[in-house]
Amino acid sequence: MEFTDEQIQRYSRHLILDHVGVEGQEKISEAKVLVIGAGGLGSPVLLYLAAAGVGTIGIVDSDVVDLTNLQRQVIHFTDDVDLPKVTSAEEKINKINPDIRVITHHEFVNSKNIAGIIENYDFIVDGTDNFPVKFLINDACVLAKKPFSHAGILRFDGQIMTVVPGESACYRCVFPEPPPPDLVPTCSQAGVLGALAGIFGTLQASEVLKYIIGIGDLLTNRLLICNALKMSFREVKLKKRAKCPICGENPSITTLIDYDQAICDLKQ
Amino acid sequence: MKLKINGKTEDATEGIRLTDLIVQRGVESPEMVSIELNGEILEKDGIDAVILKENDELEFLYFMGGGAK
Repeated sequence: MEFTDEQIQRYSRHLILDHVGVEGQEKISEAKVLVIGAGGLGSPVLLYLAAAGVGTIGIVDSDVVDLTNLQRQVIHFTDDVDLPKVTSAEEKINKINPDIRVITHHEFVNSKNIAGIIENYDFIVDGTDNFPVKFLINDACVLAKKPFSHAGILRFDGQIMTVVPGESACYRCVFPEPPPPDLVPTCSQAGVLGALAGIFGTLQASEVLKYIIGIGDLLTNRLLICNALKMSFREVKLKKRAKCPICGENPSITTLIDYDQAICDLKQ
Repeated sequence: MKLKINGKTEDATEGIRLTDLIVQRGVESPEMVSIELNGEILEKDGIDAVILKENDELEFLYFMGGGAK
């Protein structure tokens, strides 16, 4: 593809990077990335992917913008309260970079629709806040062999890993089953430092871009953990688990599962 | 004996059971933790049988949600 003069200026700081260049920027422009959840994590992911020129960006979110979101969900503004998050996010992406084709999915993902939603994308970003969907995304991506980025944040803590199905440990290799619903605090119950969403969302966006361009070492077989109070990062080595119920040698899970949502999530 | 727990070297009673260590350390909501021992994630039903030995490396990995709502 040929870049216009405007695009050459817009992407100049990528084009002069040894590891990106014209070839890398072309890959970015041709890439299709799906972001599930346009919230705390999804906001910075979407902003940076749009700025980077990711050709097609899909956004899945069934929610509308709430005043309590604005402390960390930086793609949404005060005037956007009550607008669907996908609409609010799409508007900002169009303003940042008119090159991007945005596809919005104003719905929940579930075991019935997720395979159809993810199938046209090259990379999936998990920006969700609840375990039923985190496990659903893992399982759907493993079954469809789609690479994805997992991240989770709570209070002052966060964790992130990249999964390349077939090659690296999946989420279930680390966490075989969802936790009991009543034991899990959500951000609305436990709170979360807003800027922590920015730290982890930008880490996810960096992984997406590295995967698309094919450079560096992905955060595969590693769980990166951060505590923002101590501002310490730690990496835990992981490996594919032979007994993993979805990507192991004898998988017991072969179809997608809708786990029960914690009641506190539904009540919101 | 020395153990490495979440990246830090710590003292522990010789031959302590993993389940006793969990209680001793006051691990918050053990149901919410995945435990990695020397690079291997332990099966839930295998935890009771684990007796720790010198220089074992343990990681307590917590479920972490959050992000969207």
